[in-house]
Amino acid sequence: MGEVIVITSGKGGVGKTTTTANIGTALASMDQKVVLIDTDIGLRNLDVILGLENRIVYDLVDVTHGNCRLKQALIRDKRFENLTLLPAAQTKDKTSVTPEQMKTLCEQLKQEFDYIIIDCPAGIEQGFRNAIAGADKALVVATPEVASVRDADRIIGLLEAAELRNPRLIINRLRPVMVKQGDMMDINDIIDILAIELLGVVPEDEMILVSTNKGEPVVLDLNSLAGQAYRNIAKRIIGEDVPLITMEAQDSFFEKFKKILGFKR
Amino acid sequence: MSKGGGIMDLFSKIMGKETSSSKNIAKERLRLVLVHDRSSVSPELLENLKEDILKVISGYMDIDRKGTEVTLNSDEKSVALVASIPVIKINRVASRNAL
Ligand SMILES: Nc1ncnc2c1ncn2[C@@H]1O[C@H](COP(=O)(O)OP(=O)(O)OP(=O)(O)O)[C@@H](O)[C@H]1O
Ligand SMILES: [Mg+2]
Repeated sequence: MGEVIVITSGKGGVGKTTTTANIGTALASMDQKVVLIDTDIGLRNLDVILGLENRIVYDLVDVTHGNCRLKQALIRDKRFENLTLLPAAQTKDKTSVTPEQMKTLCEQLKQEFDYIIIDCPAGIEQGFRNAIAGADKALVVATPEVASVRDADRIIGLLEAAELRNPRLIINRLRPVMVKQGDMMDINDIIDILAIELLGVVPEDEMILVSTNKGEPVVLDLNSLAGQAYRNIAKRIIGEDVPLITMEAQDSFFEKFKKILGFKR
Repeated sequence: MSKGGGIMDLFSKIMGKETSSSKNIAKERLRLVLVHDRSSVSPELLENLKEDILKVISGYMDIDRKGTEVTLNSDEKSVALVASIPVIKINRVASRNAL
């Protein structure tokens, strides 16, 4: 019996889709059977991040409306055969799926997959309610900014009201150098404010842009810091005890900086 | 040597600039905004509440509607509902006609 994990944030553009693609790919690389569901109807993106945009025939709305069988809409990843995507519909609106339909769908998928990971749209409207309807657990993505943490707080309240207790936090786009300068809230500041468990910290990383250009999630790049962070998060999801990499990230940023200034290691 | 000193200056700047940091401003703003968010009370709700309170109280005493204020006061850890209602005259026998 699989586990359904929804990736939320409230605020848009903080990294939900990037996180879904990378955690999913990392879990698949660890021999887990994974399906990713894009519930951002009308603004589908997960297919592009995974480089699967050319393979889409049917979508989530086709499945819930019975236009096709569930199996027909599931797209197999290029790299991992145990990774599949159920894409969002691009031409419908968020009300074309109901929370009840999402529950049923998740129940079905749990029979076959170890992890069902749901990419939630921004906002707290129906798209959000659909995305969380069938979830067993929730992850909240936030960046170290006032607006993002504020919206995360609101989302945590709504998740708890929907009986999704103890959501875990992913802090994305942390810049260790700015934290050191005192110009960015650090991990402890954010945890203190939100009072939830931290699942992982992903540094700001240019390689994310490079990887989205190519349609290859950054976890596949063994040299990228963000990739390492996502691999660690995936390990924590399957229950491994992995220490936080923030210090590594800081050191490595610092090393790069020293190199620029002409220091030898 | 002087070049090395410059670099070290740069380093200590990066390492040690903690005072008057924008992060502390961010933290303080967040703290305040969340106190209000978490009490989840909108100005309309406060206005409605005020009307209801006035309706109830005016059955018992004459009050100065215009001078009445209903607000949420928040400090570090808590939020309190504070109503300031100037009393003009207290009726000897409460008439509940207004209700
Ligand atoms: N750690 C990171 N470092 C650098 N860029 C990042 C990082 N995380 C996300 N980004 C970039 O931020 C942008 C938004 O990311 P993403 O699409 O994953 O956010 P989202 O929360 O899914 O947005 P939406 O709310 O619109 O669905 C993308 O361009 C992505 O490449
Ligand atoms: Mg998205």
